[in-house]
Order: sequence, then C-alpha cells, then structure tokens
Amino acid sequence: MTPPSVGLIRSLYVRFRPVGPEVVATAPRDSVGSWPLWDRVGYYAAWAAGLALIAIAGAIVVYMAYRGAQYFDLGLLFESPASSLNQATSGGFKDPILGTGLLLVMSTLIAAPLGVTIAVWLTEYGRPAGLARAVESAVEVVAGTPSIVLAMFGLVFFQQQWLGFLTFDAEGGAVLGRSFIAAASMMSLIALPLVVGATREALNSIPGHVREASYALGKTKAATIRRVLLPAARPGIGTGTALGMGRVAGDTAIVVVLLGATLQIQNGADGGVFGLFRGTGSTLTSYVYYNSPAGEGLAPEKAYFAAFVLLAFVIVLNLAVSRLARRGGEGWTR
Amino acid sequence: MDSLSAEGIQRDPRDVVLAPPPPVRRIVVDSEPTVVQPPPTNGGGPAGAGAIGLGAPVRRPKPAIGPKVERMRIEGVTIAYGEKVAVNQVTLPVRQGEVLALIGPSGCGKTTLLRSLNRLVEITPTAARSGRISLDGEDIDRIEVTALRRRVSMVFQQPNPFPMSVFDNVAYALREQGSGRPGKDALYNHVGDALVRAGLWDEVGATLDHPALRLSGGQQQRLCIARALAARPEVLLLDEPCSALDPRSTQVIEELILKLREEVAVVIVTHNMQQALRIADHVGFMYLGELVEYGPAEQVFGAPREQRTREYVGGAFG
Repeated sequence: MTPPSVGLIRSLYVRFRPVGPEVVATAPRDSVGSWPLWDRVGYYAAWAAGLALIAIAGAIVVYMAYRGAQYFDLGLLFESPASSLNQATSGGFKDPILGTGLLLVMSTLIAAPLGVTIAVWLTEYGRPAGLARAVESAVEVVAGTPSIVLAMFGLVFFQQQWLGFLTFDAEGGAVLGRSFIAAASMMSLIALPLVVGATREALNSIPGHVREASYALGKTKAATIRRVLLPAARPGIGTGTALGMGRVAGDTAIVVVLLGATLQIQNGADGGVFGLFRGTGSTLTSYVYYNSPAGEGLAPEKAYFAAFVLLAFVIVLNLAVSRLARRGGEGWTR
Repeated sequence: MDSLSAEGIQRDPRDVVLAPPPPVRRIVVDSEPTVVQPPPTNGGGPAGAGAIGLGAPVRRPKPAIGPKVERMRIEGVTIAYGEKVAVNQVTLPVRQGEVLALIGPSGCGKTTLLRSLNRLVEITPTAARSGRISLDGEDIDRIEVTALRRRVSMVFQQPNPFPMSVFDNVAYALREQGSGRPGKDALYNHVGDALVRAGLWDEVGATLDHPALRLSGGQQQRLCIARALAARPEVLLLDEPCSALDPRSTQVIEELILKLREEVAVVIVTHNMQQALRIADHVGFMYLGELVEYGPAEQVFGAPREQRTREYVGGAFG
C-alpha cells in the first residue's frame, strides 16, 4: 500500500508536468520494489537459488581441480594399480580408466540401438495402445529403479548356471555372475530411458506433414523412418546417448556388485576379446570409492586425482550434450 | 482528493494520442452481382462474363497450350472420418494441360478430397471412402500405393524439405525404386532436370550439397515441387502451397504452376480466391463437403450459377 501522500504527489506530478502533444502514454515503469511482499520474496529467492547453485558447482569444480592439481601425476594414467599398503608403490589407475571406457562402449552399444528402436516404435507405431502404455511404464520403471537394485537383480540373473558362459569363471565351476558383460547389460538399463526419452522428444518434434511428404513421394513407413525421421532425430539421439554415458560413467553400485571391482582387469577363461568381456575389472568410480577414506582409504591422494579425471570427463560429455542440443536450429514450421 | 489521485495514477487523457480509426470495408451481402468489364482471359472464357467484387484481380495472360488429356476421374466419391462426412458425392475430372483449383471455406473437405487422390487419407485410421477414383482409366485402389504416389505427387502447405542436401531431397523419390540404389552420377541428370522444371536450378545449381533447410521459404517450397516432379508424376497435387510464403515467392510459384500444367495435371487447393482466379483454368467450389459448383474459372468467378458460390466468391462468407 502506498501512503496517500505519495499517490497525491504522483498524481499532481502527472497532472502538471510539462507534456507536449507528441508524448505517447506509457505505463509507469515497473520496479520490483513496488511488488507485493511475497512476490518480492519469491523474486529474491529465485536469484539466491540460482547464485547458490553456481557457487556450489563452482566450489566442486574448483576444489576437485585444486586437489587434482595437487596430486597431479600424468604417469598415474598409464600405470596399472598394484596391491600395496604404501601409496608410493600402489601404482596408478590405468585399469580403472580402461574399465570405464570398456563399460561405456559396451553399455552404449546395447542401450543406444535398443533405446532408439523402442522410441521409434512408441512414436511411429505405438499400437495397440495398451501395449504402448505398458512399454512406457516399463521404461519409467527402469528409469526409476536405483542402480543398486539393478545390480542385485543382475547378480541374481547372471548367477544362473546356464548363463555362466557370460561371466567370470571361478574355481571349481562356480558362477559368480560378475563380468564386463553382466555390468554393461545392467549399465545399459541406466542409459536406456535417457536414450528413449531424448529420441522420442526428437521424433515428436518432427511435424506430421514431413512424414506425409515422404509417403506422398511413394515411400513406405520403414523408408521414411530410416531416411527422414532418424536423420532428423540425430541430434536428439546423440543428446540422449551422451547423457546416458554420463550416468554410466558415474555409477558405482553396479561396478562394485557386477564388475567385481578387481584392482586390475582380469580376463576370463577364453582368450581374446570375449575373454576380456567375461573378465572383471574396476572403473574410476569404484577406484575412487575404495581408495578414498570412505573405502579402504589406502591411497586418498590418488583417489582425488582419479575423481578429478572422472569429473573432467563427465563435464566434457555434458558440454558435448549442450552443443548437440543447440544444433538443429534449422527446422520446419508446424 | 481521492478522485484526483485515483485519476492521476491512471492515464492522463492528454498523454494519449489517438490514431485515426482504421478504414472499415463494407461487404454488401445481398446485392446483385454487378457486371463490370471481364478480366483479360486466355481467349477461352465466355465474353459476357463479369467479374465480381474481388478488388479488380488480374487474370494472367495464358500461354498457348496443347490438348487437354483427362488424367484422373473422381466419381461419386464420399469420404468420412468416423461418423463425420467430409466429402459428399463429388464427381470431378482432372485434366493435364489445365489447373484445377478447389476453393471453399475452411473445413469444406477440399484438402480431404485432394488427399484422396493419392490415397493419403488412408493414413488417418478413421477415414473411409466410397466411390471411384481412376488414374488413366485404372482404379487407384488397384494400383500399389507407393507406385500410385509416384504418379500422383503432392506438395504441402508448409515447406517441408527433408534434413539432407538439396540434391538428396530431389533424388529422394528416385532412390530405392529399384533393387539397387542408383549412384549419384546416374541421378544427376534427373535431379538437375527436376530443379530446372521447378525454376530453382539457377539459384541452387552450384550448391547442390548444401542442406536444404538453409534455403529461404520460397526456395524450400520450390524444392518441394522439384522433389515432387523428380519421379515424373502425371498429376501434381498442391495443398495451399503458397499460404506460408510472401507475395514475391507466391508469384514465382504461381508462374511455375502455369508452366507446369502443360506437362502434368495440376490440382491446387487454395482459400485464396485471387490466387485461384490468377492461375486456375477450372474451379471447383466446395462447401460443407459438397461440390457446389464446378466450371471454367471465368464462369465460376464471373457468373456463378449457385447462390452459395456467388456469396463465397463475393466475400459474403468464408
């Protein structure tokens, strides 16, 4: 409420200020100070929340960069870890880096094609409607399941005797249900909903008349999907995949439960690539976990550096995502 | 005091400069059509035909054209979406060598009728059609649908090039027709030919590998026409092809349509009556799913037989 005197002064000013005939009426300039109390509180709270988030994100990056620089040693990236109580002789984290990379590649190779296929079916076919709803709910369930639950499920699943050929052989033919294959399959479930969501969004944003234009040129639905819709959805597919990779790179539970979190990569019984896939290993996340004071705490300085490497990787991935998302500025009118 | 302050916080009347009121255009509903000088025609129209109150539209001089060949025939076609009848018992010929314009207010079924010609209505799950549509004497229901759509091509209201290069857009309909994919060299002549026919070659001939979505709106729409022409269709369907374009691009495309009608039968849906008057040889006026009037453009616009046509082209509704 403005006091009456303010209103009077303002009205007198408005009435008697020098005004030429060419002046066009405009509304008095709105300032936050004149807003009702709760609107002002909300406005400043919004500002404060945004600034606080910047501060937190900045603090994380700066602190991890500081710690990473403190223990910076490029050699660690190329040295295998060794089991030692002494930090000087416990090696680097080459194997966790390779493990992260391998897990990323394998889970992306599972999640991306599967996710794109599901999204295409949901947006372009989606019949019968009941089945489509069921698929949607299934995707949501997978998206909402905590990764430790996925890991436990994966463990039960891959411990079955007849799936033993996919996991690491233990002494005496026991099936422990641990391998890159097992971990990557469950990791792909983490990435899958992100791929499905981003691809569906991209496909839905293509106007219907673009599909019809392809049909009107004598193309089948399959050809339209392959030649027009999927290329148009490529930025969306890339965004979803990269987001999924970020989640996979950052997950620890599945690695600890299903990858064995062994210090070094250990090949399975078969030789060659399949032996590697059946082997166990660790990732940067599990390496950080075990070496930080939260785990065994034997190499906290290396854990800091490894955490910094992981953070840098995920930040680069997210930058790639926002670049991808910004592309695709050219589009159709609806 | 109170009234003064309340008034003062609001706008002071002296601050407001009033713009002059906009001119009001009055449309006389019930008047008899006034007979004025007929627009210049292609030498074919009835001499006594009078134009109506369309603000002196100009009918473009027509080039001499060859014989007219009937390409498609629509006989007693009724199309319904579920319970709603969108097109009711329409019979029309579609001839090569002329432009057929379907006009009428929104929702009158003209686009549905157009989309039935290449069986695109079948995409709508609830759509049902009766009656016979033939292409060169053959029932279109007996033609394989992808083959039909290569022979009866279509351009849409919104320019919708595919997210690929200009070349690939035009080559789109040509590829995957056979078992093997023809190479770029084999397609080059066809693509160039289609771009020339669509009047786009001079603008994009040097940059065929550029993305098509970077072209201007008018260029995109001509690219869509080139794309539709590439498979050498017999009939070209245009669904309000200029409604998203500026006047200059519209003019270019209208000239293009007049040129194209000599080699393909052109059917255009438009709710722009000036456009229909400028380019159509025959006009079908549709209202509430019925074909109210069909005839030469001069007659439909100049001396409409039906009261509803007279009111529509006179601007009384629609």
